[in-house]
Amino acid sequence: MPTTTSPKVFPDAKTALEGLTFDGMTVMSGGFGLCGIPENLIAALRDSGASGLTVISNNAGVDGFGLGQLLTTRQIRRMISSYVGENKEFERQYLAGELELEFNPQGTLAERIRAGGAGIPGFYTATGVGTIVADGKEIKEFNGRQYVLETGLVADLSIIKAWKGDARGNLVFRKTARNFNPMMATAGKVCVAEVEEIVPVGSLDPDNIHTPGIYVDRIVQATFEKRIEQRTVRTKESI
Amino acid sequence: MPWTRDQLAERASKELQDGYYVNLGIGIPTLVANHIPEGMTVTFQSENGMLGMGPFPYDDEVDPDLINAGKQTITELDETAYFSSSDSFAMIRGGHINLTILGAMEVAENGDIANWMIPGKLVKGMGGAMDLVAGVKKVVVVMEHANKHGESKVLKACTLPLTGTRVVNLIITNLGVFEVKPDGSGLVLVELAPEVTLEEIASKTEAAYEVALHG
Repeated sequence: MPTTTSPKVFPDAKTALEGLTFDGMTVMSGGFGLCGIPENLIAALRDSGASGLTVISNNAGVDGFGLGQLLTTRQIRRMISSYVGENKEFERQYLAGELELEFNPQGTLAERIRAGGAGIPGFYTATGVGTIVADGKEIKEFNGRQYVLETGLVADLSIIKAWKGDARGNLVFRKTARNFNPMMATAGKVCVAEVEEIVPVGSLDPDNIHTPGIYVDRIVQATFEKRIEQRTVRTKESI
Repeated sequence: MPWTRDQLAERASKELQDGYYVNLGIGIPTLVANHIPEGMTVTFQSENGMLGMGPFPYDDEVDPDLINAGKQTITELDETAYFSSSDSFAMIRGGHINLTILGAMEVAENGDIANWMIPGKLVKGMGGAMDLVAGVKKVVVVMEHANKHGESKVLKACTLPLTGTRVVNLIITNLGVFEVKPDGSGLVLVELAPEVTLEEIASKTEAAYEVALHG
């Protein structure tokens, strides 16, 4: 009989975070804008009450949704992001000095997470050379061009969102909801994934698994609001 | 007449070549997709993890799992491929993207560009801009020639925090087109918008430049 249960499978997001959260911890949270964010695990992290968090995420959600929920409750002390433009509460807390912020170029952020998960403590990149991003960092020349040393990133916990997963933690993502989720799965000491559907072991094509189960410690099936930030449509031409 | 926003996009579209992989910035650069020359195949990359971006969806096609880097809903094409953010930026930083067209606040005569931060104002972040200017083979800036105070945005040296240094190859403003010399030693004015005179450009440009108008 195909199995959809295992020690990795948890009944809900709250249970899936039990024993994993603590004050002052570092959390990676997947998604680009509101696309592919672990919306149920973010809500469960809010409900856990863990505070003084450092959150590594490309964006900071919007007011009241996504990571915006953790800003409302002031659980985030520090963010590492590439773009945070869509959140008034973020703006208020940052300008009031209540929130620390470290901007990384988006590709540097993605590569820092990839490197962290792959056991690579640092790497050189041309991105940011000659800008404030490189201030205080080592510069090295290779083949006549300058590069800046960036460090790998790891976290106490990564929370990610996939489309389908199985009880062994194998994951498949859907369209542009993949984004930062696969790298973050590799860079957390513990990774918890929420999926739209837990499918029987053996039903995912082994050649088409995006994140192998070794990276995923806990998995939970959940329902999603999937809020859209910029609903942009065209109208059907009348012919 | 200075070029309109749409004419700027049309002029920028002349930088496209058959088979190019292209990343377009937000604003006027996005409009370039409306001006792909007939018969030319151009593939648009979206840095959130997609090659082969289609048009905006019809109302009944909207999919929250399918957005562009501006977080707008879009559609896929037969040729579309999806990938992670690290794969996406490997394409960008590894020099696999042929062309990027971006907006800017300031550009300097050595090819420096500033387009992400105004000190004293709330900074939203650089997103993928620093990666694009550092990694893409050809960097084209499309922008108004002057800021809202009427001051030149084509400068001897940028005053705002930089996005990249000596990275811009071509500057298209509503008044004309400047090439940045490959060695970063200065600008060459190569094209004027219709009815714009050399005198008008000279009076509105802070940067030094040579003049070598094309045909």
